[in-house]
Amino acid sequence: MTWTSDQPIVSLKDVHKSFGSLEVLKGVSIDVMKGEVICIIGPSGSGKSTLIRCINGLNDIQSGSITVEGQEVHDPNLEMLELRKKVGMVFQQYNLFPHKTALQNVMMAPVLVLKENKQEVETRARKLLTKVRLQGKEDSYPGELSGGQQQRVAIARSLAMNPDVMLFDEVTAALDPETVKEVLVTIRELAEEGMTCILVTHEMGFARELADHIYFTDRGVIVEHGPPSTFFSKAKDLRTKEFLSQIL
Amino acid sequence: MKPIPGINAPAKGNMAVLKPYDANKYVPDGYIFTRWVASMPWWAPFLILAVMAIWPALAHAQSRFSTAEAFDALWRWMPFLLKSGFFFNVLISVLAMTIGTLAGAALGLAQISLHRPVRAMAWFITQLFRNSPWLVLLFIVLLAFPFEVNIFGTVVRIPDWIKGVIGLSFPVMANISEVVRGAIQSVPTTQWEAAESLAFSRRQILWQIILPQCYKRMLPPWMNWYAILTMATPLCSLLGIEELITLSRQAMESEDNHPELLVPFFGFALLLFFAYCYPIARLTIWLERKFVVKL
Repeated sequence: MTWTSDQPIVSLKDVHKSFGSLEVLKGVSIDVMKGEVICIIGPSGSGKSTLIRCINGLNDIQSGSITVEGQEVHDPNLEMLELRKKVGMVFQQYNLFPHKTALQNVMMAPVLVLKENKQEVETRARKLLTKVRLQGKEDSYPGELSGGQQQRVAIARSLAMNPDVMLFDEVTAALDPETVKEVLVTIRELAEEGMTCILVTHEMGFARELADHIYFTDRGVIVEHGPPSTFFSKAKDLRTKEFLSQIL
Repeated sequence: MKPIPGINAPAKGNMAVLKPYDANKYVPDGYIFTRWVASMPWWAPFLILAVMAIWPALAHAQSRFSTAEAFDALWRWMPFLLKSGFFFNVLISVLAMTIGTLAGAALGLAQISLHRPVRAMAWFITQLFRNSPWLVLLFIVLLAFPFEVNIFGTVVRIPDWIKGVIGLSFPVMANISEVVRGAIQSVPTTQWEAAESLAFSRRQILWQIILPQCYKRMLPPWMNWYAILTMATPLCSLLGIEELITLSRQAMESEDNHPELLVPFFGFALLLFFAYCYPIARLTIWLERKFVVKL
């Protein structure tokens, strides 16, 4: 099957996932079109992070299907590395490689995984670091950078692989309030350039402003979804209303 | 003197629950031996030696052989004991450490293999040699290994000290295996996940991302085991391998086995081992603290 851009770039159908006897995802379906920005919100423990981790195969699933550009993610014959080249991921705890400088962090994967020319990668990496407003920090180690700076290096590191889809797993949750903004600005620019983004977030203002579609999950199911204009003002489900009243 | 944790520093509280988990505080092995050596003032063995040297002099006041004569005998034997004796202890320890480290690193990596049988086998070998008495392993190697091998018609005799090296490298291997496994597992799993999401293969993740973060963590426990190994080399004297202790006994025999000889000769051996291991122990503790703070 060949994928064309009028089909969903990421498609989840009736995904079930459990850790032992604990069922975390109980039949989740989401379609994401190319260039869309999707926000997944919901209370802690509702399976948001598990959901997003399933998309690039960090977690396996019990049943259902997840496809990225038409490729089944959990097909045992799939070359997992090929999938991961298409899907970038940014984590809550940045997870930079502490023994490498910011520039080396960004350059590592393209050089070692994609086997690209080192000089070309370096030029691209410097551009990316400038894009996330970290010029001058190329030779700093992660330990010397603030949380917000580290997170922007992590975004640049993912972008260096030229992914088609970016996953953001509560990327601002571990940051100081004043550094949250600089990371959100970076993500916004990315979204405006047409990058397909799937975000798990608690930043409601950000979700309302940027998202094309918002999904609300609770206890492993998608309770409600819709574009921000209707989602925030006309929520129908009781659980959604309750959650929004607590958070807004 | 600076406090050495675990020796003369205040004991840590047992309230682990109250403290946030800190992966960087991970210590792969308790360096009890190294801490003990490092906590000594440098003059401690000289003090012990002085006390020991005076005591037999009083006890054997009637003897015709004086303490001065005993030290005189030691002085004559000293170059020989150093060159033919202690040199071998160092050589045995360096070779056993080299073999043990290489084999231990491989075994440690096998302990985190994706293949269950490999992992189980590596775990079993590690535990077996880690928990066996060193002397027993030495005896097994000495008695079970051939004393000569035939290579293409040429009979090559294997000297006993080579067998000593092999025998000592087994427990070193097992302990280094645990150091390697512990250091790898002390790297947060989020590092693996971040690398996986960047499409690194498992092999690349291990060699490019995880292991480079481990070297610093492994260095202090590795040095700790080297000091322990060096201190264990006199075990070889029980097998008749010619090293410092064996030669000291032979030297005393040729000096008519006067009891006054015991303290100078064995005291000299003690000083040599102390002089060799003390700087290693201090450096280990220093490195360990430095890395704990910096990582």
